[in-house]
Amino acid sequence: MNQKSFASRPGKILTVPASLLGVLATMFATTAFVHRGFGPFDLESLALVALPLALAALAQMCVVIAGGIDLSLGSVIALSNVVAARLMQDADLSTSLLVAVLVLLVAVLCSCANAIISAVSGIPDVMVTLTTGFIYGGLALLVLNQPGGGAPDEFLSAVSGGLFDGWLPNALLAIVVPVLLVWLPLRRSRLGLFMFAAGSDQVAALRSGTNPAHGRLIGFAAGGVFAALAGLSLTFTTGIGSPLGGSFYTLASVAAITLGGVSLQGGEGGPAGPIIASIILAFIPMLLIFVNIDPNYGQVIQGVILVLVVMIGGALGKRQQRIN
Amino acid sequence: MVSVSTRNQEPVSENRPLIVLYGLLLALCTGMWFLQPQIIGLAWFSNILLFAAPLGFFAAAQTIVLLTGGIDLSVPACATASAYLMATNPQLGVLAVALGLAFAAIIGAVNGVGIAVFGVTPLIMTLASSLVAIGGLTVYSQAVMGRASLVPDYIVTLGTSKLGGIVPINAIFWVLFSLVLVIVLRRTGYGRLLYALGDNAGATRLSGVRLHRVQISSYALSGFLSGTAGILLVGSTNAADLGLANTYLLPSVAAPVIGGVSIFGGKGSYIGAIGGALVLTVLNSFLTFYNASEPIKQIIYGAIILLLAAIYNRITK
Repeated sequence: MNQKSFASRPGKILTVPASLLGVLATMFATTAFVHRGFGPFDLESLALVALPLALAALAQMCVVIAGGIDLSLGSVIALSNVVAARLMQDADLSTSLLVAVLVLLVAVLCSCANAIISAVSGIPDVMVTLTTGFIYGGLALLVLNQPGGGAPDEFLSAVSGGLFDGWLPNALLAIVVPVLLVWLPLRRSRLGLFMFAAGSDQVAALRSGTNPAHGRLIGFAAGGVFAALAGLSLTFTTGIGSPLGGSFYTLASVAAITLGGVSLQGGEGGPAGPIIASIILAFIPMLLIFVNIDPNYGQVIQGVILVLVVMIGGALGKRQQRIN
Repeated sequence: MVSVSTRNQEPVSENRPLIVLYGLLLALCTGMWFLQPQIIGLAWFSNILLFAAPLGFFAAAQTIVLLTGGIDLSVPACATASAYLMATNPQLGVLAVALGLAFAAIIGAVNGVGIAVFGVTPLIMTLASSLVAIGGLTVYSQAVMGRASLVPDYIVTLGTSKLGGIVPINAIFWVLFSLVLVIVLRRTGYGRLLYALGDNAGATRLSGVRLHRVQISSYALSGFLSGTAGILLVGSTNAADLGLANTYLLPSVAAPVIGGVSIFGGKGSYIGAIGGALVLTVLNSFLTFYNASEPIKQIIYGAIILLLAAIYNRITK
């Protein structure tokens, strides 16, 4: 089984993002056809919605690769969002940078707490993160009991606008930079190897001298880093902190990684699929507005697509099993 | 697969979690009686039962799928859908209740088909179906905006009133239902199949059981029971909105888990889940008496659930 997953990895890693890119291109083509004025402005608003979602998806991906699942992710993002918005309001740039570091620490701590509680108590992480999500949600409400706060203009303007006359939105670059600075070094390091090992085969990981619990912890820690970035980006793209705004990202992040070809069994996956899937998910409500359909159908369509994709994937997987 | 379980050999050890759980419930009540002697009385007990009944149905829904080794994250969506459909179709009369319950059961059945036939992970399947259901309800709510949302009188009576001013009607309903469910789980072939499926799906299939039927029906049942919980809930709040059951996802899983139902399937009982539901309701009432603000309440509530689940894990091992 292990051999099979290794053999299928290079192929899968290329085909899923490629087909997703095809879907995305079709959506862009449709939009350009029905909405003649399509240009940098629309691209920017798409990127602003996609940015926090893509970072959330990357956070969930790290945890899932390490063989876990994080249902508290939305609350960690909300907590990061409100801590940043509350402390950065009226703060100067250098203080705000310190706040960003603090947010990073808080999110990593919350995320690692999930892994540690699960390892020490033996409670499965679904149950642990469901509960800590409740706790972190309470903490977020303690920091800000209603939407408010702010962020310095330098940060707000950093994610708006774009290069090449706006055709390459800064928010899109803000997705790529953390991948280069956090994901790639991690993937190539020993720590990254532990993380993949813990998710792909616990017993094999244990016998080759690594502790799967450590690999899991690394996955959650990396997930915490991306969750902090998602929370910060939410503060910068919306300009405020909203304590209840994070819950959407728990569901959406799982949807994005599933569409992006990351196996929930763990041990497999890369950032390209989830990122493109996040852009597609963010695109759906926007496209509906362009073709004059109630954007509230967006959630229905996202859900239906998710169901169809996992059903087809599940059916193919079952067939594969039978062949083997 | 990992290890052949050695349970069911000693009935005493199987009952130990239950003894501890109900001991804890007693201790919690006694503790409250020491701290707030003027509040603890017949009226308080009666209120605890009133508030625990909807949670009892949520816990039943979750227990059934947990026993099969699954999980149902669409429990709040099913409850909200059933309550909302019922309240927005007053012209149907009693049939509105049936409409709500049927819709919730259909969501559950769809979950079951996705999981059993297409092999989708329960977590993803139930998450996706709740996305679709809540999204669909949002669109629907705008379509029926002009229509009056009305919770029928008999549902309000069911959700709020007490027989002789003491025994809540919904608790009577809950007790009767519990008796049925406990007997079904313990004594009927269907009940044992749920355990068998969660304990060792491969062996169950090889012994000639049509797994997909058991699985689909268990999720449909879970949807139906969540729908029932939603209707009891809307009876007590008397206001149907789309956020009706949002806060019940965690308690629906926590009640069975605290009650000794294994999240990996095949282990536990509904009697345990009932104890879990009562403990959580008493805990909630405790926090309310101390006037804890909503965030503080969430934090303490969550922390205690983790602590109880951790202690349970130790005891039952």
